[in-house]
Amino acid sequence: MTMKKTLKLNLGPQHPSTHGVLRLILELDGEKIVSCEPDVGYLHRGMEKMAENMTYIQYLPTADRIDYLAGCFYSELLCRTVEKAKGVELSQRVKTIRVILLELNRIASHLLWIGAFLMDLGAVSPFFYAMREREMILRYFEKLTGQRMMYNYFVFGGVRKDIDYIEDIENIIKILPEKIKDYEKIITDNPIFLKRTKGKGILEQDVAFNYAVTGVNLRASGIEYDIRTTDYLYEGFKFKPVVLEGKDSWARYKARILELKESIKIIEQGLNILTYGEKLEQNLINPINLKLPEGEYYNEIEAPRGLASVYIKSTGDDKPYRLKWRTGSYYSVNLLRKLLVGEYLNDAIAISGSLDIILPEVDK
Amino acid sequence: MNYLYHLYMEFLSRYSIPDVIGNITFYIIPFCIIALALLVVVLILVLAERKLLGWFTQRKGPNRVGFWGLLQTLADAFKLLIKENITPDKADRFLFNLAPVLVFVPVMTVLGIIPYSAEFTFADSSTNVILYLILAAFPVLGIFLAGWASNNKYSLIGALRGIAQVLSYELPVSFVILSVIVLASTMNLTGITLAQYSRLGVAGWFFIPCFIGFLIMFICILAELNRCPFDLPEAESELICGYNTEYSGMRFALFYLSEYAMLFANAVFITILFFGGYLSPFGTYLSYLILGDSNAANICVYFEQAFWLFFKASFIIFVIIWIRALLPRLASFDLLKFSWAFLLPVSILNLFGIIIYKYIMGGV
Repeated sequence: MTMKKTLKLNLGPQHPSTHGVLRLILELDGEKIVSCEPDVGYLHRGMEKMAENMTYIQYLPTADRIDYLAGCFYSELLCRTVEKAKGVELSQRVKTIRVILLELNRIASHLLWIGAFLMDLGAVSPFFYAMREREMILRYFEKLTGQRMMYNYFVFGGVRKDIDYIEDIENIIKILPEKIKDYEKIITDNPIFLKRTKGKGILEQDVAFNYAVTGVNLRASGIEYDIRTTDYLYEGFKFKPVVLEGKDSWARYKARILELKESIKIIEQGLNILTYGEKLEQNLINPINLKLPEGEYYNEIEAPRGLASVYIKSTGDDKPYRLKWRTGSYYSVNLLRKLLVGEYLNDAIAISGSLDIILPEVDK
Repeated sequence: MNYLYHLYMEFLSRYSIPDVIGNITFYIIPFCIIALALLVVVLILVLAERKLLGWFTQRKGPNRVGFWGLLQTLADAFKLLIKENITPDKADRFLFNLAPVLVFVPVMTVLGIIPYSAEFTFADSSTNVILYLILAAFPVLGIFLAGWASNNKYSLIGALRGIAQVLSYELPVSFVILSVIVLASTMNLTGITLAQYSRLGVAGWFFIPCFIGFLIMFICILAELNRCPFDLPEAESELICGYNTEYSGMRFALFYLSEYAMLFANAVFITILFFGGYLSPFGTYLSYLILGDSNAANICVYFEQAFWLFFKASFIIFVIIWIRALLPRLASFDLLKFSWAFLLPVSILNLFGIIIYKYIMGGV
């Protein structure tokens, strides 16, 4: 009789730390992982196919739902594509409003990640602390747009209405830096946290290139690639892309903390422009019978989980002929195949947590 | 127990009840008291933990059932009682049902050997400490059976972790307890308590000469209780619920109950070993100070002693809950390394140090 030496463990799709419905087929030798096979698609909503039967304005609310933690980015992408195709210029105020909301959204997304990551590591409190600060941002979004997560606030050629309750944003960016200091106090130099993250899940640069990893995960491996620097929305904003050399889980954590601070800086600059007291000028595009000229359109933006982009092929109809999304998490999930091999089970959870995977974004 | 025994017999003979009945009931009553006290202690502990964790994480904790959430645990217990007991199809039925009992019984027994106040130990023996060591390590057998018999991979991994953890943390505990035995020159828990008596109160307690031992003991207790940061056997974000994943209803309640009872027993045990057990921290008992040397004071002292024991123990429990709110979980490999490579040698050195200390102080 031959003994089977390895244990096959089905991690997910319903599991507390898969951040949605990710299924990892793990082969374990003891607690050591021999192979890992991510199985995605449990949250597949057919969003790309849906687009082919919808007009652009009908599809706009759906774009928010691709990533429920950072909805702004995807509606911005769709709006941007239509605007560029139609040759519409945005006024400075609209651009600033968009930047502020995008960065607020990025902060909310990163805050949730910090909480969820520490939850994966077994610490309870940071989750609640991060949620508390995220709640301030969500409250603000609710006040402004009427929605906490799927804002549907950006429209073709502008925003749904002028920005309001600016004192709330000022309050948020006043409080946040202190709170971030608090997080750093209980997390960053915690010896157990260091032990669980330093030198764990090392993402080498060539691996990152081969797996097309983008976003914070790539920047934490020492590659400066932040397309916000060339983004036309961010023109005139001063900020430095966060680049760390660590390559490990800890660097990815630290990079997100630093990115929170950068985002706060961007919002501060945005508020300065806003308070200049300019009137909102919009070149709204009439969404009824909106047709994109025949051709292919591609636009990209730096979302919290990496490069997000949309590709639209239009035949001159009022519906896209084909629409494809590129989302950051999809490539991070693929990366698990490489990173988890040879790690212990509880390190594996920590590593997959550190990559910031959100499943609705993967499955679309 | 002699004093209490005489009081009881006197009380019975006053109502002309034969001695035989007295002899039988005197030994049954304590066990009823234990069973009741255990339930009350667990009810309070669970509520305390949830309330404290709530406050640590900016929440209110349970506050709906009963005034201030006081009846929440009762409601939960009732829910568990009326739930269906599910045995998985391919589980080993006998072992599966046996496991919770194997965990629960030693915990009940441990509570019987603790000196709650002078004269109030239900089962006193000259080698209480050894008995305690055995009983405290016993539940891990139940944990292993639970993990093995559930026929669930998560449970199995949790059980294996539990075994490895308890085995490696049992050794440092033994060495620390040995050093306390050297200090007290007795293996009886009441004897250890009394050996810490001094007119100055706190000055005689063993945590002063044996502070390193206390720290080691505290860490090991966390590991043996599967408490954060050593909660690997039931690591929620990795193993769903660890060894008791498949348990429901009353069987789960037994695990839960024994977990908290064990938390209480261990806190009390640390108190006895290092913080003078039921001794007053002021040297003299408050009852004597207030009531003078009267008969009432003699009775009151028992309650005061129990109060001091519970007071000190609850402080230790508070610290344990505090740690849970603060720290992330250790990795399994680091956990074992920490015990074998650090705690064990330090505890052996501590033992030698204590022996030298005892020799110099002239107690041999």
